[in-house]
Amino acid sequence: MAGGSIRVYVPCDAAALSVGADDVAASIRREADRRKIDVEIIRNGSRGMLWLEPLVEVETGNGRLAYGPVAEGDVASLFDGDFLSGGDHALAHGVTEEIAYFAMQERVTFARCGVIDPLSLADFEAHGGLVGLRKALVMAPTEIVGVVTASGLRGRGGAGFPTGIKWNTALEQPGGEKYICCNADEGDSGTFADRMLMEGDPFSLLEGMAIAARAVGASTGYVYLRSEYPHAIKTMRRAVDVWRKAGLLGENIEGSDTSFDIHIRVGAGAYICGEESAMLESLEGKRGEAKVKPPIPAISGLFGKPTIVNNVLTLATTPFILAKGAAHYKNFGVGRSRGTQPFQLAGDIARGGLVEKAFGVTLRELVEDFGGGARSGKPIRAVQAGGPLGAYIPTRDFDVAMDYEALAKAGAMLGHGGVVVFNDTVDMARQARFAMEFCEIESCGKCTPCRIGSVRGKETIDKIIASENRAENLEVLDDLCDLMTEASLCAMGGLTPMPVQSAVKHFPEDFGG
Amino acid sequence: MAALIDKLEHAPARLICGRHDNRPDALLEILHEAQAAEGWLSDDALRTIADALNISRAEIHGVVSFYHDYKREAPAKLAIKLCRAEACQAVGSEALAAYVEKKWNAPSGGKSADGEIQLEAVYCLGNCALGPSGMIDGELFGRVTPERLDALIEQRIEKMERE
Repeated sequence: MAGGSIRVYVPCDAAALSVGADDVAASIRREADRRKIDVEIIRNGSRGMLWLEPLVEVETGNGRLAYGPVAEGDVASLFDGDFLSGGDHALAHGVTEEIAYFAMQERVTFARCGVIDPLSLADFEAHGGLVGLRKALVMAPTEIVGVVTASGLRGRGGAGFPTGIKWNTALEQPGGEKYICCNADEGDSGTFADRMLMEGDPFSLLEGMAIAARAVGASTGYVYLRSEYPHAIKTMRRAVDVWRKAGLLGENIEGSDTSFDIHIRVGAGAYICGEESAMLESLEGKRGEAKVKPPIPAISGLFGKPTIVNNVLTLATTPFILAKGAAHYKNFGVGRSRGTQPFQLAGDIARGGLVEKAFGVTLRELVEDFGGGARSGKPIRAVQAGGPLGAYIPTRDFDVAMDYEALAKAGAMLGHGGVVVFNDTVDMARQARFAMEFCEIESCGKCTPCRIGSVRGKETIDKIIASENRAENLEVLDDLCDLMTEASLCAMGGLTPMPVQSAVKHFPEDFGG
Repeated sequence: MAALIDKLEHAPARLICGRHDNRPDALLEILHEAQAAEGWLSDDALRTIADALNISRAEIHGVVSFYHDYKREAPAKLAIKLCRAEACQAVGSEALAAYVEKKWNAPSGGKSADGEIQLEAVYCLGNCALGPSGMIDGELFGRVTPERLDALIEQRIEKMERE
């Protein structure tokens, strides 16, 4: 330990801040000064064990020791209990990485998150950063695309499209301006993995974008970040500055023939801008309206140029794939779902947080083994998986494997990996109504099935709730859902029926069945 | 008599546009900055932006009215956002919102009678494991209870009164 100072980690992740991490850090500083102890406070990202936030860690000869959730008022007693030398305390959890929740995970994309100082390039490199990009910079674009394709990586934004195939399409387009657009418009309720990564390991995203740029021949990148994430915006902007100063952005990166720059753009509170064509419109300064495909963005995207649109997690995983090889990554997972997925446990759950696991883990393992059941102590009734457009899954189906194919077979979807737990007080008819209402609020309005269908859907569910011609109205609702599914322009209108129809199917008793 | 000629020039908006090289594709950023400066987007600011970017006022209106973030009237002194999406619903956000509406006499999506408090519904603040979540003047709070929210609001009102 340099200079004899003791290193203490207090996360600066937004979730930790939301429960007082700044006050805890200030309190530790004050208490250390008062006791004349040389303490260095490092503001790391979150380890993802969010129920323990603010999670304070002390670096010792036996590894980093965890204390949490620490309130401002606990700090004096932590010092009294000599937590700086690993002293026991009611809030002590032992070695952070030995906590079962953490130890049972397979951290790939999130390997550095919560470990390092997010804006320290030295920390980043000391933990394997830049290895992937440096390899890519001496590889031919086709080789890079080949590795990504062979890894089996699929888009983590929700659609699950094979990343290598997308990159190859953009690579095959004639030269000239091409763009890398990172979709960081993480609007799904129950998801926060993109935010956590951007706040905890922002360089991994920049590294992935630079690899993508090299692979397809792009010279400009954009990160489209939602305005609801002020902390992530701040961290990403600083990260871009650090990279530019270090010569990792700009002309001829590290002496290669790749020149690439990245701009951070902030959305303005529109869920639909997480849909790629709407996001590109928004990046052009327009209303975020979905567009008809084809042409696909890889052929004609931003400003009509070939454009890669990838989610934060997709891009941030490519450095690992380049560094360790396609086979290593492909070894994780099952069937056609290769690699790991950062799942996010949310809602009424005892141990909410981020769980990165190979595909194939069951929903029950996530909710019960990791999550520890409902925070309220009430029985669990349902999980909504995959965000507001995902299905409600009843407890009897919790043995479903969490991979693209198994979930699709069960009439559900993985989406961005969100798992929202509801206890037995939930009224599924209200949840179905909310799905329609949310679509009404957030529809871009371009296509009729989504714009009007959502309004009619909400009205019809209101009639069902009011016991007005229930049987007939359930039939109308089903018909309307089919129409929205088949005829909407994008996933907003096309998938809104998924939570509605799954709620009706699995919980008919809430609809007067 | 109402002015027949538009009052066009809004110097701060003109400056902001200039910083973005008057590029129409930077419109969202320009609107964010103009709104950050004044708290809302005035007619004059929008006219000046349209002029600087050489796009029609109709196009600007289309964009401003599309996005939830942009405000066309002066905000209340204290802006409270409560997450109303599923993960927060699962831990009681609806009851919390109803409590705030009643206690502070501020309807969701509107302002309190005295114009001091504004309550907005948002759909996800990315704090879904620590709900219910809220944001007060840009600061994020998790595990929000009625008592904690009241205390936070009172603190800020006191602070505003001191200033």
